[in-house]
Amino acid sequence: MINLFEVAETNKMIEEENLDVRTITLGISLLDCICDDVRRLNEKIYGKIYEAAKDLVKTGDEIAREFGIPIVNKRISVTPAALIGAAACRTEEDFVSVAVTLDRVAKDVGVNFIGGYSALVSKGMSAADELLIRSIPLALSGTERVCSSVNLGSTRTGINMDAVKLMGGIIKETAERTREQDSLGCAKLVVFCNAPDDNPFMAGAFHGVTESDRVINVGVSGPGVVKTALEQVRGENFEVLCETIKKTAFKVTRVGQLVAKEASRLLGVPFGIVDLSLAPTPAVGDSVADILCEIGLERAGAPGTTAALALLNDQVKKGGVMASSYVGGLSGAFIPVSEDQGMIDAVKAGALTLEKLEAMTSVCSVGLDMIAVPGDTTASTLSGIIADEMAIGMVNQKTTAVRLIPVAGKGVGETVEFGGLLGYAPIMPVNRFSCDAFIDRGGRIPAPIHSFKN
Amino acid sequence: MGAETECQVKKTIITVVGKDTVGIIARVCTYLAENGINILDISQTIVQEYFNMMMIVDTSGTKKQFGDMADELAALGEEIGVVIKCQKEEIFDKMHRI
Repeated sequence: MINLFEVAETNKMIEEENLDVRTITLGISLLDCICDDVRRLNEKIYGKIYEAAKDLVKTGDEIAREFGIPIVNKRISVTPAALIGAAACRTEEDFVSVAVTLDRVAKDVGVNFIGGYSALVSKGMSAADELLIRSIPLALSGTERVCSSVNLGSTRTGINMDAVKLMGGIIKETAERTREQDSLGCAKLVVFCNAPDDNPFMAGAFHGVTESDRVINVGVSGPGVVKTALEQVRGENFEVLCETIKKTAFKVTRVGQLVAKEASRLLGVPFGIVDLSLAPTPAVGDSVADILCEIGLERAGAPGTTAALALLNDQVKKGGVMASSYVGGLSGAFIPVSEDQGMIDAVKAGALTLEKLEAMTSVCSVGLDMIAVPGDTTASTLSGIIADEMAIGMVNQKTTAVRLIPVAGKGVGETVEFGGLLGYAPIMPVNRFSCDAFIDRGGRIPAPIHSFKN
Repeated sequence: MGAETECQVKKTIITVVGKDTVGIIARVCTYLAENGINILDISQTIVQEYFNMMMIVDTSGTKKQFGDMADELAALGEEIGVVIKCQKEEIFDKMHRI
C-alpha cells in the first residue's frame, strides 16, 4: 500500500516543483468535412470540432481535480488545413475564413489554442499549399488562438528550398502584421523538418492523416521536478546522475499516462500517445536551463552544454518509455528561450548565442524555439537559419523546428513581452553576412544518403 | 467474490498538512463518518511541529460526488487551520509502483 512518504513526495512535486500535465490535446480529423463550397466547409468544420470538443475543458478540469494535479492547457489539433481547404478555397481570403472558423470554435469550446492551420510541403507545394502559406500572415493577425505550422523537409524527401525561401518572407510579413503586439503572430507559427503527426504541443500540433478520426494526446512537464531530484546528487558521477533523471522521468510520465487514459475513457476517444518532452515555463524553478546548471554548468551555453543536454534528453526518454505504453510526439527537452527563465538569464549574461542554440538542437527536440531576433533581419537570413535547422533534422533523422520572432521595429538590446506561457525575451543578435544567393537558387535539397553513416 | 468486492472499493487519499492543534483527526474523522466514508488506513507524523497525516479511505459507500467531498474537506481544513487535499489513489500508485 502507498505510504505517507510517497504521498508527500508526489504532492511536493505538484505544489513546490511545478509538476503538471502541460496539455491534453484532442486530435480531430477534418477529412470528412471536405467539400467544394467554402461556406459549407466552414459550417462542417465548426460542427465537427464543436461536437467532438464540447466536453474537453470540463473533462480536463474534472481529472485535474480528482488527482490533484494541474492540467494547464486543453487544446485541439486538426488535419492540416491545406488538405481540408484544397477543394473549396480559391483565394487567400477563403483560407483565412477557415482560420476564423477555427478561432471561433476554439473560443466557443474554451480551448486556448487550436493547431492545424498547416501545410505539409516537404517535397513540393500544391496550389492549395501555397495559397495557405501565403494566407498565414493574414490568418494569424486576424485570429487569436489559431496556430500554424509548415513542414518544409524530411529525411526521406530532402528540403523544399522553394518553401524555405517563401517562409522567410511569410515570417517577416507575420511579424509586420502583428507589430502592435511585439510581432506575437510569429509565436504561433513554426516550421518543421520531420514533423510528427501526433504532437500535442503548440504551435506545431496538427492531426496527421495517418491518425484515426479522434485521438487524445498528452504532453507532460516537469523540469522543476528533475532539477530538484538532481540537487540531491550533486558531485556524484554520471551513472548516478543518469539513474536519477531516469527515475524522475518515469514518475512524471506515469502521471501523464494516467491522465491520458482517464481523459480517453471519459471522452470516449482513443488514447494516442504521451509526449515525454520536458517543457519549461517562465515560472521560476520550471526551467530546462536550470537543470543544465544543476548538471554542472555555470550557465546554459557554457562549454559542455550540448553534451549535458544530450545526456538529459536521452535519460528522459529512457525513463519515459518504461512508464507509458505509447510514446510519441516530440518527446525530448524543449529549449525555448522566451519560455524559460534560465535561458533568458543565460542570453542576458552573454553565455548563450543563436549559434550555440543551433548546436544544442542537434541533440534535443525541438529546435530554435521562441527566439526574438532584430526586426531588420532580412527574409533571406531567416530562410538561411531555417535551412540550417532543417538540415540538422534531415541528416540526423529527427524532428527540428524553427520559431523565430523578427520583432518589428526593435533591435538587439531590447526586450519583447508576449505574456503568459509565451514569456518574454531579449532580442538576440543574428549573423549579418548574406546568404541571398544560396536562398535564391530555388528547387530542393535532395534527401541524404542512408548508409555510410559518419 | 473477493475480486468483486475489491473492484468496488474506490480508494481516495486524504492528506492533512498544517500546524498541529487539538482535534484535527477527530474533526476529519467525524466528517468522514457522517458521510459514510470508511477509513482503511491512517498514518501520521509530526515534523517540526507540523502535523502530517495521510488517510486511505473507501468512498464507495458515500453518495457524495468526489468534487463536493473535496470542497467540503478543504473548507473544513480552512476552519481548523490546516490544508486538506483529496486525491484518487491511482496517481500515487502509478507514480510509485512499476
